[in-house]
Amino acid sequence: MAEPPIISVRGLVTRFGNHTIHDGLDLDVRKGEIIGIVGGSGTGKSVLLRAVVGLLKPAAGQITVFGENVRDTGVADYRRLRRRWGVMFQDGALFSSLSVQQNVEAPMREQLDLSPQTRAALAAIKVRMVGLPENALQKMPSELSGGMRKRAGFARAIALDPEIVFLDEPTAGLDPIGAAEFDALTAQLRRTLGLTVFLVTHDLDTLHAICDRIAVLAEGRVLATGTMAQMLEVDHPWVQAYFKGPRARAALIQKEAS
Amino acid sequence: MNASALLLRDQKTPPQITLSEGVLALKGDLLISTIESLDLRQSAGDTIDLSGVGQFDTAAAWAVVTLERRLQRAGVSPVITGANASQLDMISTLRQNMPEGDAPKLPRLTIVDRLENIGRATVSAMQTALSMVAFLGRVVATIVGLILRPTRIRGTAIVHHMQQVGLSAVPIVALMAFLIGVVLAFQGAAQLRQFGAEVFVVDLIAISILRELGILLTAIIVAGRSGSAFTAAIGAMKMREEIDAMRTLGIDPIEVLVAPRVIALIVMLPVLGVIANFAGLFGGMVMSWIELGVAPGVFQARLLSNTDVWHFGVGMIKAPFFALIIGIVGCFEGMQVGGDTESLGRLTSTSVVVTIFLVITADAMFSIFFSIVGV
Ligand SMILES: Nc1ncnc2c1ncn2[C@@H]1O[C@H](COP(=O)(O)OP(=O)(O)OP(=O)(O)O)[C@@H](O)[C@H]1O
Ligand SMILES: [Mg+2]
Repeated sequence: MAEPPIISVRGLVTRFGNHTIHDGLDLDVRKGEIIGIVGGSGTGKSVLLRAVVGLLKPAAGQITVFGENVRDTGVADYRRLRRRWGVMFQDGALFSSLSVQQNVEAPMREQLDLSPQTRAALAAIKVRMVGLPENALQKMPSELSGGMRKRAGFARAIALDPEIVFLDEPTAGLDPIGAAEFDALTAQLRRTLGLTVFLVTHDLDTLHAICDRIAVLAEGRVLATGTMAQMLEVDHPWVQAYFKGPRARAALIQKEAS
Repeated sequence: MNASALLLRDQKTPPQITLSEGVLALKGDLLISTIESLDLRQSAGDTIDLSGVGQFDTAAAWAVVTLERRLQRAGVSPVITGANASQLDMISTLRQNMPEGDAPKLPRLTIVDRLENIGRATVSAMQTALSMVAFLGRVVATIVGLILRPTRIRGTAIVHHMQQVGLSAVPIVALMAFLIGVVLAFQGAAQLRQFGAEVFVVDLIAISILRELGILLTAIIVAGRSGSAFTAAIGAMKMREEIDAMRTLGIDPIEVLVAPRVIALIVMLPVLGVIANFAGLFGGMVMSWIELGVAPGVFQARLLSNTDVWHFGVGMIKAPFFALIIGIVGCFEGMQVGGDTESLGRLTSTSVVVTIFLVITADAMFSIFFSIVGV
């Protein structure tokens, strides 16, 4: 029997006022996979992410993570659940009054009882792992570039070695080399930590390079899920345009060359 | 079954480290939550054995590399055995990313450093004062420019701010002034009754409210209400790079954001001052009637016959200057906000403190000035 999905969304409906974003959305994420969520701007990818991590109350539908309901849990259960995932928001969402080091230490400080030395050592490692220079540790978020803020946000998301990381457009705004490094890092963490990655992205290179499965969001629901090869077969104009457009072809050629 | 399988990671075997015949054996689940119970201060052993390890995360790899470095410093290069491919992968990632040596310690402050800090703080306070004066100059120049070319005036914005700083402040200002009038009458009555000079309470109330308290307290309330709101609003825009966006679009933030606020204040503060004067006199009149039996008619007659209109004039002359101080400081501090939320909070409170300080200083200078010119 197949393993139960680590994230399961059933019949999700979300609304802002009378503007319906999701209308009966179903999605399963399997343990250990990297799933890429794609869709046009404003189709509700970020909103879906917020609903899954329990920041937003859906109008209807059921969301379970690790087999537990994210909305209808007690405070203690939610806290325990939250410890097992890390979230990186679209614009980093670093705490602007804390230095990068303090930002990365924040989840450790909240959730665990570590000595300051251990915390500092682990934070320094995480910051280096995401490819930030060492002197970035003491910098304030406002002193970092947009790409550096993303990396610091990622370092904070993986500070506790979570089982699931939610990444909202991690490679947008990075240079191609940095983006490739980011992909490699995500893949490596998946390999070594057995991470499950919920990846919202527009980056076709990322989709090619590391995603096991892709879920396409459109018209308020998941239009199709499957591997890259399966996506090319989907008979829907938007999906066709997305995966067979000029940029997609360039990414494909690049992948075949390498 | 699914729930138990998924919750498996919650059940942990505590990690252990044992040394036998040169083999440092690690056992149990090595995870960030348990890693600190492991004693890493080992100095003997030439092999690190991971075959008994259950769960393994980056903190575990950090522990292994720390152990390895420690042994290397003791002169042995340990071999790592019993690790699977992904653990080795993680350990080598850690080796590349772990800074050598311990985390640098922050230097302690010496007396020279403290002196230097005082010096720097003084210089930067002076620079702030200078740039505030420069800002004042720019705002005044902009407002004069607007007066010369009235088509550029943003009427809607000015009216909006007039409502915010003026109309909405009327209830609180009136209530405050009324209560001040009551207090003055009450305290004045207690003293004046001893001399049988009750009726002079009218002069006492009229002069202190019209000349000083009405406008001063109004200015302080408006500083707390609107000055801080200016700083917060402009500061939030600065933080989200909206001000930079305006500049790149060729919109002058002083003309669009600062000038309407300052103009609205200059118009509305005198109006609020007049309202405060009336409310204060009314409060005083009510209290004199109740407490001293000075009938409203007598109060009014004495007020009109005995109070020089200059007392009112002196109060009103100060109003636009106070308004300028509140507007300039509030907007200036907003412009100083950097990229972080903390500076927004800090500067908002600075803005109120500096404004009130400057308003009271200005009031003192006006007092000196008016006593020299003799009104
Ligand atoms: N707090 C909110 N209040 C009202 N509407 C919102 C809110 N947040 C999002 N929306 C709306 O929900 C829709 C989906 O937004 P979302 O941020 O999920 O888009 P997205 O798919 O992540 O797009 P992008 O690729 O541009 O990041 C948009 O139409 C947006 O206007
Ligand atoms: Mg988004």
